[in-house]
This record gives sequence, C-alpha cells and structure tokens, in this order.
Amino acid sequence: MSATTRKSKPMDRRRFLQDSARGIAGCTVAGMALSQFVTDARALPAQAIRPPGALDEGDFLASCIRCGLCVRDCPYDTLKLAELGYDGPATGTPYFIARDIPCEMCDDIPCVVACPTGALDHSLTNIDEADMGVAVLIDEEACLNALGLRCDVCYRVCPVIDEAITLERSHNERSGAHAIFMPTVHADKCTGCGKCEKSCVLPEESAIKVLPRRIALAQSAEHYKLGWEDQNPLVDDLIDLPDRLPGPGTDNLVAPGGYLPGAEPLPDPSMEGGFKPSFKLPGVSQ
Amino acid sequence: MSSKTKHPTGQEAIEKFGWLRAHRFLLLRRAAQFFFLGIFLLGPWFGIWWVKGNLSGSLTFDVLPLTDPFITVQSLVAGHWPELTGLIGAVIVGVVYALIGGRVYCSWVCPINPVTDAAHYLHDKLDLQKGWQPKSGTRYWVLAMVVAVSALTGTIAWEFVNPISMLHRGLIFGVGFAWAFVVAVFLFDLFVSRRGWCGHLCPVGTFYGLLGTKSVLRVSAQNRAACDDCMDCFAVCPEMQVITPALRGQDGDTPLILAPDCTNCGRCIDVCAQDVFHFTHRFDATPAPGRGARSRTQPATGASRAA
Ligand code: SF4
Ligand code: SF4
Ligand code: SF4
Ligand code: SF4
Ligand code: SF4
Repeated sequence: MSATTRKSKPMDRRRFLQDSARGIAGCTVAGMALSQFVTDARALPAQAIRPPGALDEGDFLASCIRCGLCVRDCPYDTLKLAELGYDGPATGTPYFIARDIPCEMCDDIPCVVACPTGALDHSLTNIDEADMGVAVLIDEEACLNALGLRCDVCYRVCPVIDEAITLERSHNERSGAHAIFMPTVHADKCTGCGKCEKSCVLPEESAIKVLPRRIALAQSAEHYKLGWEDQNPLVDDLIDLPDRLPGPGTDNLVAPGGYLPGAEPLPDPSMEGGFKPSFKLPGVSQ
Repeated sequence: MSSKTKHPTGQEAIEKFGWLRAHRFLLLRRAAQFFFLGIFLLGPWFGIWWVKGNLSGSLTFDVLPLTDPFITVQSLVAGHWPELTGLIGAVIVGVVYALIGGRVYCSWVCPINPVTDAAHYLHDKLDLQKGWQPKSGTRYWVLAMVVAVSALTGTIAWEFVNPISMLHRGLIFGVGFAWAFVVAVFLFDLFVSRRGWCGHLCPVGTFYGLLGTKSVLRVSAQNRAACDDCMDCFAVCPEMQVITPALRGQDGDTPLILAPDCTNCGRCIDVCAQDVFHFTHRFDATPAPGRGARSRTQPATGASRAA
C-alpha cells in the first residue's frame, strides 16, 4: 500500500461494486453468526440468580456492561461475574448461586447503589421488595418437614419469616397421630435471597431452591375466579340461564305442589294440583 | 517479502541515538499498558481498591466513574438509557480520547495490543506471508454490523465476544475459557492475516478511531525534508497507510498525520534516524517543506518491507 496505488486511476466501477458486495456479504454472515451466538449465550441457567433489582433478563443484557462493580461492593462475596464456558449466564454478567453464598439482603443494597448503568434498578430501595427469584420446596420426598419431622431450618433462617415462608399444618396420614408442618413459600413476599436454599440441612442438593420467577411461577388463566375470595357472580353479563322456580307450569323437576321453603305442612297444600305423598315424613303433621 | 533487508528496522536510529532512545515510546507504551492493567489488579491481588471494575466500567478513588463509550452506544441502540453515572463516565472517556486521539486507547491502554504486537513480532521473525488483507473499509462495516446486531437482538452484542474485555475482565475477575478468544486473535494475526485484527477488523479500535477524528494530539512529519527513504517508519507503523500523505506531502501539504487510524503509538518517532517525526498538536502550523523533486527518485531497498 504505497502512494502510487492509492492515487491510481479512478476506481474501476465493477471492481468497486464487487468489493462492496463481498464486504457486505462477509459482514452479513459475520453478523448472523454473532446474532446466533448472542441468542445462544442468552440462555440463563435456572440456578443462576441475578442480583437484587436486576432488570428482566432481556433488558439486563441491554444494560449491564459487565463491569463487576456490583460484585466488588457486595460485602458477602455473594456475587460473581460469569466466566466463559461454565454453563453459566452470559459471560461477564453478575449472578449468584444460592447454595454457595446467598444474598444477605443488605439494608443499604450496596450492589444496586454501585451499578453505574441501572442494570440493577436504582428504584429498588427497600431490600424486602427485591425480586431475585422465588423459593420452591422442590423435593417434598426428601424434605424432613414434609416427612413429618420438625427440621424447620429453612423457615427459621428466612429474613422475611412468616411472610415469605410459613409452616402449614396438616394431618400426618402415615402416623395417624401427628402433624406435618409443610414449609410453604409465598411468592409475593419471597425475595429470592436464597438463605433457605443455603441452609437446608440435606447433604448435597437443597430440598428448597430459589428459581427465577419465569421458571417457578405459573400464571392462572385470566378468567378464573376464586369464588371464596371474589363474591361477585361467577360470570357477569355473559349468559343468563333461565331461572327455574318451583311451581306449576314450569318444566322444573319439582313436582306440582312440591316443596316450598318454610311451608308447613309439606307439601304446601295451597298449591294447585298438589298431591299427597304416600309416606309420612317423620315429625311432620299432616 | 523475500528480500529481507540487511539491517533490522530501526538499526540506524539505535546506532545513532542509542537503544533506549530508539525504543522510548515503545517502552512508555508497554509501561502504560502494564499500568492500566496493574491498577485494576491492585484490588483483587493486593486489596488496594483504588480502582474497581474493569475497562468496560470502573470507579476510581470512589469518585471518578469511567465507562466505555462504545459499550454505552451499543446499550443505547439496544434500548436502554443508562443511569447518570454510566453516562457521565462515557462522556469523560469520550472527551479525553477525542482530545488525545481515539486510538491512543489501542496503543497505550488496550490489553490486546501486546497480544497482536507479539503476533506481529513473531510473524516478522518467521518471515510469514502477509496473508488475507481485508479492504480498508472493512472495519467500518464490522462496526456497523456490531451496532446493527445490538439493535436487532436488544443486547450489548460485542460484549459476548469482545476479546479485549474477555482478557481484561478475565485477568481481574477470573478467566474461564475466555483465553480461547485471545489465543484466536493471536493465531489469526500470526497465520491468517498480518496485523489483521487491530488493523482491519476490531470494531472497538474503529470506534475509538472515529471518536478521535479531530483529536488535538497528533504526530507530525515536520522534518520530512530530511527523509532518506529508509522506510523504517512504514515497517514499524501498525497503520502504515497513514504516514504517506504526511511524509510524502509537498510544501503546501500538512505534515500532520491526521488519519484517524493512527494510534499515536510514536514508533515512527522512535525508529527514524533522521528525526523526521515528533508529537505536536493539530494546530501546529510550523512550515514543513516537502522533499521536492527527490520524492520521485528510486526508493531505497528497504521499501519492499513496507509493501
Ligand atoms: S443485597 Fe447485599 S448480599 Fe445481597 S447481593 Fe447485594 S450486596 Fe450482596
Ligand atoms: S454493576 Fe451493573 S453494569 Fe456492572 S456488572 Fe453489575 S449489574 Fe452489570
Ligand atoms: S428465598 Fe427463602 S429465605 Fe429468602 S425470602 Fe424467600 S423463602 Fe425466605
Ligand atoms: S431445611 Fe430443608 S429439610 Fe429442613 S424443612 Fe427446610 S427444606 Fe425441609
Ligand atoms: S484495534 Fe481493538 S484490539 Fe486492537 S488495540 Fe485497538 S481496541 Fe485493542
């Protein structure tokens, strides 16, 4: 590349187009490869929990610059930056494994304060509102409480005890004489700190595990109503079933002269077309 | 490349000025690279937390935030508006490099630079073919591609593969298999394409180059009339195309190396026995006569090295 070639005759048009086409094609292929790589690398393993206040995974990868300042300011060494190739989250992004070191739910949330980009949302100022994941009693066959013993450890360590996790009492069918105190997590209060997972007394895996909300929680269908919480009619304004009133001339199943609430004697003799039963109801005078 | 010349690049300058002076900017550069890596390692290795973070984003003495402006741009096109701290950091870094030359990042800070320099050194020693040489505009296409992928996938796309952050973050936070990317760059430069990565592809260098288009600090070939065509400057320059307009310019042409590709590494200053080059600012209007008729004479034998 010297002065002579640079100043050469006006660039041959066809050559120029060919070169440009080649450049664009090369970059398109490289771009597709990069997109594919990015898409693959985006998959977040279930055990990797993002720090408090982390945006949704999609937004997180648009905002976290992987600087590790959150990692540095975590006083408990909870957070790590993902290293490439260990099946972790996207390389260089912060996460923690609750069974190793859980989040201690610092009152001043230093990790969020340290984040220069807002990948950890600065509007989170009360750590009890953190939403890192949700604990799930994942192995009910191994959990000691579920077996009818009184371990209670996960319940005892919970920083939001009696709100995020409760012990629900039920009858122990096996012994027939005891109770089962089932550790039960309430997703709206659980912060996903992972202290329960960390302290589960079982040797290797914990019976209770923090999972990202996207995995742990199901959504109830939109039109479901819990009749015991919501006293309104089951379905409003949708269908109006014919009202079936007892009485003659209707096609109801109650025989003419049938039951009238409160009527005495039974059946109500005032009704037309009534009939008398061939049996006597005990305690009813006729 | 077959006619490797009789004396190694810069030999004349070494004989004339001594080894140290003929390598001063190289040594300073290595010291700077070492410093910018070392200062980040003080914390994790010795517990001295003057600087936290890495080249993507950092906090110095708990007051000075710095953020990589290229990453910030990707974040913006991916649809995230960063917190003020991050934005201020990016502006500070952007302004500094806009003043001192964007690619000062390449030659004085970037930890990949020693890697590609080593690859080039070995390439030279082994006398290998220069290999694939992409067109000069390729780096801009790569940059555009990265920005496009960031926008399309809604992620900071280059950070999934960027060998610079892989290496820098790897050394500070634990490396995993990120070594693979660094080794890949080394092998690419060694066997596939001479000076291929930093010279033709890396979008970070390209971005910083654009950032420094109007930078104040520049190298000038002010003493160009003294040039004796030894071609040593072309041989050491990682972006040799930037030298020609300045060095070969006529009386009226500026002797300043204004091309944004110039990394301000100062190696041309080091190796020139005629003291043609020096650092100055872009408003330096000291007259610099060209070489007149002599520029049309037969180039010296060393020219083949720069081809
Ligand atoms: S809240 Fe405290 S313990 Fe939890 S991740 Fe943040 S800094 Fe670490
Ligand atoms: S501090 Fe924020 S931007 Fe930096 S690694 Fe942590 S979450 Fe990402
Ligand atoms: S993760 Fe466990 S310990 Fe933490 S809030 Fe939820 S239930 Fe409690
Ligand atoms: S600590 Fe483990 S075994 Fe004990 S009650 Fe909790 S989940 Fe069950
Ligand atoms: S071109 Fe890229 S890899 Fe090379 S020195 Fe510059 S920033 Fe670093």
